[in-house]
Amino acid sequence: MNALFLAAAEEPQNPLLPHLDELVIGLIAFAIVFGFLAKKLLPNINKVLEQRREAIEGGIEEAEAAKIEAQSVLEQYKAQLAEARHEAARLRQEAQEQGTAIIQEMKAEGQRQREEIIAAGHAQIEADRKAAATALRQDVGKLATDLAGKLVGESLEDVARQSRTIDRFLDELEEKAEAAR
Amino acid sequence: MSADQTLAFDPSCHLFIEGCGFPAPGLHTFLYEPIATIGSFEFTKPMLLALLGSIAIVAFFWAAFAKPKLVPGKLQMVGEAGYDFVRRGIVYEIIGKKDGEKYVPFMVSLFFFVWIMNLWSIIPLAQFPVTSLIAFPAGLAAVVYVMWVSLTFRKHGFVGGWKNILGYDKSLGAILPLIMVLEFFSNLIIRPFTHAVRLFANMFAGHLLIVMFSLATWYLMNGLGFVYAGASFVMVIIMTAFELFIQAVQAYVFVLLASSYVQGALSEHH
Repeated sequence: MNALFLAAAEEPQNPLLPHLDELVIGLIAFAIVFGFLAKKLLPNINKVLEQRREAIEGGIEEAEAAKIEAQSVLEQYKAQLAEARHEAARLRQEAQEQGTAIIQEMKAEGQRQREEIIAAGHAQIEADRKAAATALRQDVGKLATDLAGKLVGESLEDVARQSRTIDRFLDELEEKAEAAR
Repeated sequence: MSADQTLAFDPSCHLFIEGCGFPAPGLHTFLYEPIATIGSFEFTKPMLLALLGSIAIVAFFWAAFAKPKLVPGKLQMVGEAGYDFVRRGIVYEIIGKKDGEKYVPFMVSLFFFVWIMNLWSIIPLAQFPVTSLIAFPAGLAAVVYVMWVSLTFRKHGFVGGWKNILGYDKSLGAILPLIMVLEFFSNLIIRPFTHAVRLFANMFAGHLLIVMFSLATWYLMNGLGFVYAGASFVMVIIMTAFELFIQAVQAYVFVLLASSYVQGALSEHH
């Protein structure tokens, strides 16, 4: 640095009067800055700032579009889900109705079968009873005549048969039993 | 300080030494012997600093903005922050986004130019605010002056331009002539003067204070004076920090005023 403080003895001029040489240099120095910044550097950065703004706005727009699409898809899903729920409810209802009908039917069928079985049982029992009664009547008749024969000492078999006494007696017994029942 | 420097004061002079006194700084502090002389043109240290400052500004913005990227690097980010500060913080605020865009490059250049010229004040070895020489602020204020006056007439025509500058308003009635005379002086004569002097005086006074405390620190370094020298040195540090703040504020104010003058020229009613 060659800068020198001047000796105080030298007469300084009014500090408010601009020195022409300094004025010129000052304007040139400012012109250098203004020239470079205004003609090249600031337009440069403006372009990039604009691009950046667009990039950011583009990104925002893209995000917006994606959001709208997601919204529509979600709505679609929701609609489908509601439909499915509805369908399921309908099916359940139907199944319930069908189930009730089937149960009803089964009950009726069961009732019918039970009645059939009971009726068949009754018929069978009746038939068995009749067969048993017939067999019993013969046996009891025979036994009674045998016993009476033994007691009397002669065969009463043929007579008894012919006279039909035993049958009458047994019928009487039967009637009594019926009446007692 | 290198050996080939001659100082305006005697470095061997200290407190309590007979036959010499405190070398108070004054107007001579702002005068430099030319580094080179071409005819009657004298090239001085402040001029060198002005040109170096310009180159520094261009170099910085060149490094930051010559090949700008969508995703900025550190330097570009700093440059963008500075650019945005002036663009949004001053021009858009004062002139408006639509009208102001045209003046952004000028105001950005103006801000960084003034700020760096101020900043030289505390850069080691430079240590001189270029703007403390009236010629530099005056040149810039003149450019701003020519700009807003020509803008006024281009925007409003000859009569409308004068009405704008003189604050013509019929509703003022009888005092209108008085107002117009006042506005004439205030806008066309005082305004460029205060615009330049505000910056000049701030930097002039700041530099004077730093030099004064620096010289005092040196001068007081003798015997008991060392105590006072310490206090004086603390003041040098404080004033340097304070100047750093004032430099930025003055650059901001200078550009703020320039913007407001342009805004006044563009507006319909003054």
